[in-house]
Amino acid sequence: MSQQTDFEKHTMIAWMEDKPGVLNRVAGLFSRRNFNIESLTVGHSEQPGISRMTFVATGTPRDMRQIKTQLFKLINVTAVEDVTDRPAIQRELALIKVHADSNTRQEVVQLAELHQAEIVDVNIDSVVVQMVARPEKVDSLLTLMEHFGVVEMVRTGSVAMVRSEKTPPAYKQ
Amino acid sequence: MGRTVTGAQIIWEALIAEGTDVCFGMPGGAILPAYDALAKYKYDQQIKHVLVTHEQGASHMADGFARATGRVGVCIATSGPGALNLMTGLATANMDSVPIVAITGQVPISLLGRDGFQEADIQGVSLPITKHNYLVTNVADLGRAIKEAFYIARTGRPGPVLVDVTKDVQNAEVADFDYASIEFDLPGYKPQLLSADESSVARAAMLINEASQPVIVAGQGVSIAKAEQELRILAEKAQIPVATSLLGIGTFPATHPLSISWGGMHGEAYCNFALQECDVLVAIGARLDDRLTGAFDTFAPKAKIVHIDIDPAEMGKNLIIDTPLVGDALLTLRNLIPQVDPNEHPDWLAQIQEWKQETTDRDLLQQEEGPLNAPFICRQLWHMTDEGDATIVTDVGQHQMWEAQYFPHTKRRSLLTSGGLGTMGYALPAAIGAQMGCPQEEVWVMAGDGGFQMTMIELKTVAEQNLPVKIAIINNGFLGMVQQWQDVFYEQRYSGTPLRNPDFVKIADAYGIPGQLVSEKEDVEAAIRTAQQTDGPYLIEFRVPTEHVYPMVPAGKSNADMIRRPAPMMFHEDEE
Repeated sequence: MSQQTDFEKHTMIAWMEDKPGVLNRVAGLFSRRNFNIESLTVGHSEQPGISRMTFVATGTPRDMRQIKTQLFKLINVTAVEDVTDRPAIQRELALIKVHADSNTRQEVVQLAELHQAEIVDVNIDSVVVQMVARPEKVDSLLTLMEHFGVVEMVRTGSVAMVRSEKTPPAYKQ
Repeated sequence: MGRTVTGAQIIWEALIAEGTDVCFGMPGGAILPAYDALAKYKYDQQIKHVLVTHEQGASHMADGFARATGRVGVCIATSGPGALNLMTGLATANMDSVPIVAITGQVPISLLGRDGFQEADIQGVSLPITKHNYLVTNVADLGRAIKEAFYIARTGRPGPVLVDVTKDVQNAEVADFDYASIEFDLPGYKPQLLSADESSVARAAMLINEASQPVIVAGQGVSIAKAEQELRILAEKAQIPVATSLLGIGTFPATHPLSISWGGMHGEAYCNFALQECDVLVAIGARLDDRLTGAFDTFAPKAKIVHIDIDPAEMGKNLIIDTPLVGDALLTLRNLIPQVDPNEHPDWLAQIQEWKQETTDRDLLQQEEGPLNAPFICRQLWHMTDEGDATIVTDVGQHQMWEAQYFPHTKRRSLLTSGGLGTMGYALPAAIGAQMGCPQEEVWVMAGDGGFQMTMIELKTVAEQNLPVKIAIINNGFLGMVQQWQDVFYEQRYSGTPLRNPDFVKIADAYGIPGQLVSEKEDVEAAIRTAQQTDGPYLIEFRVPTEHVYPMVPAGKSNADMIRRPAPMMFHEDEE
C-alpha cells in the first residue's frame, strides 16, 4: 500500500467527447480505481463536441500514472495531460459569505481588497466576497475570513491552462 | 442502396454483417420486437439463435464462443432482470479481455427514468464491467452503435460492449438503411497494431542478452495477438524457460522442454521458485495480477521486468516495470527476436530441472495407492484425448487448479477458464458456446459439484441443441477450495461448505442426457471412452474424497511463502 509520505498533488486536464453519461464514466472510474480527487471542474472547450475537465488528484507516482492511463483508456476520453510540472495558469473562483456587521465590515472589506477579491453583495450582518485566484491564494483569504465567521462558501475547483502556443492535445495521435 | 427497415431488423442485419452466425439469448417484453424480426433471418439460415435457460448462461456462452473461436460472441436479453442476469458473464469477460457484444432491450423512451416495469439502468450498471456501452434512444444511431460496439469489442485489448436499445427504437423505421456504408469516428479510441518503440525494444533485448537467469511469463495476450509461434522462437533462441499465467495456458506447449508450467497461488512450486530467483522477467500479454505474483513487492525480487502489453494502463499497475513495451505482442516480438542473441543458460536450466524433480517427487500422481482423485482424472482425460487434443472448459475452484496442473495443454485456446473474476458456474454455459463455435472439437466441461449446480439448468440447452459436450463433475461434497481455506486458516470450521448434492446422473437423465457415476480409479478410462463414443452429450459424476491443492500461497503473502504438499510418504524408496 502507498505510503502517506510519497503522496503528490497533480493537476491534470482531460478532454472528452461531450456525450450523455461521460461524466458518469469518469467519476465511476475515479471511485472504482480508488483514486483521490480533490477537485474537478468540467465545461466546454474551444472545440465543438469536446468538453474539458481540470482535476486535482493526490496519490503516489504510481497512482498518478494509473489515473492518466486508465482515464485515457475510456473510449470517450480523447486526451489527458498532466500539467503539474508545466508552466500553467491555474485559477479557481470562490464565493464566501462572511459574517460582517458594522464593527467588522470595514476590516473584512479591506482584507478582501488586499487579496484582489471583490465584494459582490452586502447585507446588514454579512458580505459576499468573490475571489478568482490560484487555489492557494483562495485558501489564504478563506483562513482570514474564518476569523470573522464564514456563513457559507462555495469553490469551483481549479481550471488550468498551459502557457504556450501549442495546440491542445484534444485528439489522440 | 438502402432499404426501409425497423430498428429490430437493424439489430439482426448488423449482427449478420459483422459475421455473427450464432447468438445466445432469451426474449422478454422490451426485446420482443427484435425477437419478432428474428424469425425471417433464422428461416433464411443467416443466423442461429440458441435459447438459454437463464441469461447468465447467455453471456457465458458468448464468452465461451469468443474464447474458443477468437471471434466476437453475441448475447441478447430483455430489459431489467434479463439484462441484469447477463452482468456476471460480462464482468467475467471484462476481466479476461473477451470480446462480446451484448444487445439488451430497454423500456420505451417515454418510460425511461420513471421506474417502469422491468426498467433498470443497464448502462449505469454495466459501466464498470464493460469496455464500453451504449444506450440507443434514436433509431438513426442504432446501426452505428452496433458497428462501433463490434469494433471496440474486438480491437486493442478486447472486451465486452453492451448496446441497450429502447423498445420504441426497435419499432421505429429508418429509410435508406445500408449497414456497410455506415461510418463512425471515435476520436478517443484509436487502437493501433504497432510494435513497441525501437529504443524500448533495444533495451529489452539488452536486458535479455545480459540475463543469466531469465524467465518468460506468457499471458493470454500472446494468444489474442496470435504470437504463439514468435513466443516459441524467442524462448528457443535464447533458451529461456517459459511460465504462463493461468489464462496463458496453451500459448506455449506444456510438454516443451522449456515449459515451466504456470506460477502463482496454486501454480507449480518449481515455477514459483524460478519466478522468485530469475534476474530478468519478460511478461508478454499478462497483466501480472495478485494470483500470479503474490504480494506485489515480494514478487521476483531480483528481476528486472520487461513488460510487453497492448494496454498502457497495465504498465506499472501492480509491479515496478524496468522496461515497458507498449504494443502488439506479435509485432513487438518480431522486432525483438532478431536483437536477442542465441544463448544456452545451462546452469539456470539445470537448477530449474532440479526444482522440477523435487516438485514431481511430492506429486500426488506418484501415489499408486489411494482413492480416486482429480489429478488422476485430469491426467487420464489428457491421455484419452490424444494427449490434449480437446477443449477443456473448467469451472472455478480446486478442480480448476488441478486441471491446469495435470492436463498439459499443447494447443492454443484449448483451456477456457474464468481466471480474473473466478466465476463459479462458468463451465457448462461456456462449453456450450465453445461447442457451438467449434462443432468438430471435443469439448469437455470440468466442474466441481458446487459450481456446476449454479448453472446446470443449461443442461436443457445442451439437450435442446443436442450438443456433444462431455461433462465431468468432480464431486467431493464440498465447496472444496473454500473448505481448503477453512482447513488451513479457520481451524477446520466448515462454515457453509458441505453440500447436500443431488444425484447428478439422475439430473442428466431428466434432460435425456446419458451418464454414469465413477468412484474407482479403474473405472475412469472406460467411462471417458463411453463418453467419447456417445454421439451426443454425456455426463460423468466422479466421486472423490476431499483433498488439498498444493502449493498454496496464502492471500497477501509472497510466493516464497507457499505451503507445499506435506513431505511425502511417497518418495521412491525402492529406487534409492
